[in-house]
Amino acid sequence: MNTDLNTEMQSFIQKYDLLGCIQCGRCTGGCPVTVRTNLNVRRIVYDSRNEEVLEELAKLPEIWDCTACNTCAVRCPKGLKPVEVLIGLRNILVEEGSVEPTVRDALESIFREGNPWNKSRATRCDWMEGLDVRIVEPGEKVENLIFVCCTIAYDPKVQGIAKNLVKILNKAGVDYGFIGESESCCASEAHNMGEEGLFEMAIEDNTELLNSYEAKRLVAISPHCYAAFKNQYPDLKAEVIHYTHLLKELLEEKKITITKECAEKVIFHDPCFLGKQNNVFDEPRYILKQVGGAELVEFDRKRERSLCCEGGGGKMWVEGSATKAERLAETRVKDAREREATVLAVACPFCVLTLDDALKARGFEEEMRVAEILEFIGPLVE
Amino acid sequence: MNNKPKIGVYVCHCGMNIAKTVDVEAVSEFASRLPYVKVARNYSYMCSDPGQQLIKEDIKNEGLTRVVVASCSPRMHENTFRKTLAAAGLNPYYLEMANIREHCSWVHENREEATAKAKKLVYAAVAKVRLLEPLEEKEVEVEPSALIVGGGIAGIQAALDIAAAGFKVYMVEKTPSVGGKMSQLDKTFPTLDCSACILTPKMVDVASHPNIELMTYSQVEDITGYVGNFNVKVRKKARYVDINKCTGCGACAQECRLAGTIPSEFNMGLGKRAAIYLPFPQAVPAKYTIDKERCLFLTRGKCGKGPKCIEACAAGAINFEQQDEIVEFKVGTIIIATGYELFDPAKKPEYGYADYDNVITGLELERLVAASGPTGGEIVIGKGEKAIVPKEVAFISCVGSRDESVGKPYCSRVCCMYSAKLAHLVTEKLPDANVRIYYMDVRAFGKGYEEFYDRVRREGVRYIRGNPSEIFKRGDKLVIKAEDTLAGRTLEDEVDLVVLATGLEPRQDAREIIDILKLSQSADGFYLEAHPKLAPVDTATDGVYLAGCAQGPKDIPDTVAQAKGAASSALILLSSGKVKVQAQISNINEATCRGCGYCVEICPFGAIDLVEVNRMGNIVQVARVNEALCKGCGACAAGCFSGSAQQKSFKDQQILPQIAVLGAMK
Repeated sequence: MNTDLNTEMQSFIQKYDLLGCIQCGRCTGGCPVTVRTNLNVRRIVYDSRNEEVLEELAKLPEIWDCTACNTCAVRCPKGLKPVEVLIGLRNILVEEGSVEPTVRDALESIFREGNPWNKSRATRCDWMEGLDVRIVEPGEKVENLIFVCCTIAYDPKVQGIAKNLVKILNKAGVDYGFIGESESCCASEAHNMGEEGLFEMAIEDNTELLNSYEAKRLVAISPHCYAAFKNQYPDLKAEVIHYTHLLKELLEEKKITITKECAEKVIFHDPCFLGKQNNVFDEPRYILKQVGGAELVEFDRKRERSLCCEGGGGKMWVEGSATKAERLAETRVKDAREREATVLAVACPFCVLTLDDALKARGFEEEMRVAEILEFIGPLVE
Repeated sequence: MNNKPKIGVYVCHCGMNIAKTVDVEAVSEFASRLPYVKVARNYSYMCSDPGQQLIKEDIKNEGLTRVVVASCSPRMHENTFRKTLAAAGLNPYYLEMANIREHCSWVHENREEATAKAKKLVYAAVAKVRLLEPLEEKEVEVEPSALIVGGGIAGIQAALDIAAAGFKVYMVEKTPSVGGKMSQLDKTFPTLDCSACILTPKMVDVASHPNIELMTYSQVEDITGYVGNFNVKVRKKARYVDINKCTGCGACAQECRLAGTIPSEFNMGLGKRAAIYLPFPQAVPAKYTIDKERCLFLTRGKCGKGPKCIEACAAGAINFEQQDEIVEFKVGTIIIATGYELFDPAKKPEYGYADYDNVITGLELERLVAASGPTGGEIVIGKGEKAIVPKEVAFISCVGSRDESVGKPYCSRVCCMYSAKLAHLVTEKLPDANVRIYYMDVRAFGKGYEEFYDRVRREGVRYIRGNPSEIFKRGDKLVIKAEDTLAGRTLEDEVDLVVLATGLEPRQDAREIIDILKLSQSADGFYLEAHPKLAPVDTATDGVYLAGCAQGPKDIPDTVAQAKGAASSALILLSSGKVKVQAQISNINEATCRGCGYCVEICPFGAIDLVEVNRMGNIVQVARVNEALCKGCGACAAGCFSGSAQQKSFKDQQILPQIAVLGAMK
């Protein structure tokens, strides 16, 4: 037996606690993408216990169908994280250099420019143009240090999220600061695409950068950055919160009020990285309930049972093997329409992109719009 | 101490357990040269009859006054050799053991080093043994009565056994009736006995037995004292009904303004009761109780023009002036049979228990299939026009069991079988229904259980191996999202009714008894037995025993067996009438004690109290040990700032020379 491989194998089994698995099937049972693909994560966990087949397993196209929603890990009765096993297999491919060019480009872009979108670092703050944004320098004391998220910073379709936040913060007169051009990707998606080395490097660099501010709280706008900072960055000094925590606080303290009425039927879609993974369910709903004239309705599959939109786990850069059935985002907009919602509210830039595409694909533009909470309430705040 | 001590040292081979690694010959030769050692021998099995005989003869012939046995852990054979000494006329506490097995031969490989260590251990024992003092085992009288906390099947069985043996039993039950969870069951697995039919006679026996004093709707407030002599304080909560007058006719409940509005606990909220109620038709005692949290008159001081129950009661039993009553009595022994609670499935929101009326628990289905239940035994979900008779029925096992995601790593032991039983009852009542059970493993371990599992499968209940992950709604149907792991196929199974086989968990109020009796809990939160195999009904507190699910999940046969075991343990105490108390207990030198009370705080057995004494005309506080409660753990001796607390056989002047020897030897 090849002893090197054996040692490596030992560490794969131990790293993911594969021998703790009882093959109950709850992971695959809960996996949202099984209705569309052949991905069976329970089976992959089972097969991964054989050292001979790891590389072969890594070649299965369906390992790229995982959206890293984490349902399998949240529900596992034995504390395993099946999603991480898939990421471990992706890591084998990354190490071999045999990933899709789109994935490779995104990873390289994170390494070089601090964002996965092949954009220049110098243009990271272009979205701020025309806005009165407070930027803080390292060493400066600040109550709320805002972390923007690469997608929001660069993608015009979701830049409005950050713009509205700035307007609200200025109105509230709250002590905040943005990082500016030195802000770099949290690399959550690099981790999810299996680039462990890059993720570790990002943790090190970002921790140093973020700890160089005298910040009381680090406010992430995207649930993906929030989840990464909260759960995967062990040494951050500031308390990590999501912007919905801050917004709820400002509303409660009456530092902002939603004065304009809006006669819409709003339905809220729980993002996996915010809800399922971090149990933030009530804050977004609290905010939406403050909108006068609007009616908040719920999906049947809400809160802990929310259906993933397929935006995470690297799905922005790789299509995966899914052929069967409709996209989950389409199921979601259909369900929202069935409840006669006119606004599909979300709290995540990836959800905005996937759900908006689905809404257009379904031709619901007349009846309904997808709106990030900040974009929805921004114009209503005095 | 008169004259010089004469010590005998006995080195055991323990077959090859010790002799393989330790040169026993060399150890006994070494021992023979130690101070005050008169004889030193080695022998194949010191615990055997001939081994013990060696010691006895040497005591007689050589005039030994102290004995060291170098063998296994004192937990194993200290008692054996104490008896040997006593049989030869020596105080049994003149014994010291050197553990050269667990602490030496079993954990070392190098023979030379192991032998050197064995010599050290023997030397240390010799250094200590000469300083030991004779101790006496005291006996205390046992109050000839028992307290049983909890009136479920465990408490009922224990009470009946002890009462049948002729001793007085006080049974304290928190709810208005005895019967416990078993009274809520329709049928029992695997024999399908009607639960009420086999339980009700025992409930009636408890109430009518001349030796049993039944206190329902009552709570233990405090217990002081020690084995054989416990003082118990019980609060009998006000029922606002004079149970000596109440005839159980039920006219009051019919007239109650809240009749049919309050969720019935007995029917798991599926049926409704009045504010004055009998929990269930066979309740014992068959006396009504007013729910003071709900009763209009008690909560608002006003009930229409006057409480209608008073008018309705021909016996004049209703008394809104009634107060809680505190009763106190003495018992010699206590059995804790407080039972369990069911896991709250709302803690697994993915199953939608809080969202959907047709996701129910096993116990709820139990009430639906029971003829005495809210639907008269018909399996109907929902009310009025929306009511449906389910056609597709699914059970989900291990809800709140074997699940670390909700902090319940253990198997609840009964859910596999109660699911099988309920599935059988559903197929019996609804022959057209398709019934399946989602499972991870089927644990059918009891007598007749596997056979029952075989029967249920052949009756058409489909077993699907896969633990479902999520339930949501599609139209009128519930969708179970799962994987059939044997086929490797993912499923969205559309059903009308989901039954969650919720696991068993410790009672929320388990802490109350822990605080009163200083019991321990195992990692799962249930009360901890003294030994998992050899003392399964005992606790660390002498005279206190466990029965039923308070100690851990159990089925009815095991519960009854354990209750009989607990009763037997209690009866050993009661029938002997006397109990020996630990001799190696702590003692506090009151002349040097400064009464700081630190030992009182750290004593895990509540055995130390501060008392006032007159010290040269000044009233001062000093600590004093209750010898019957002290277990000799030594915590007070270790914690005492002034060295006033000393544990017998482990006094500073006895163990310091022992430590000195260990330090001095190379």
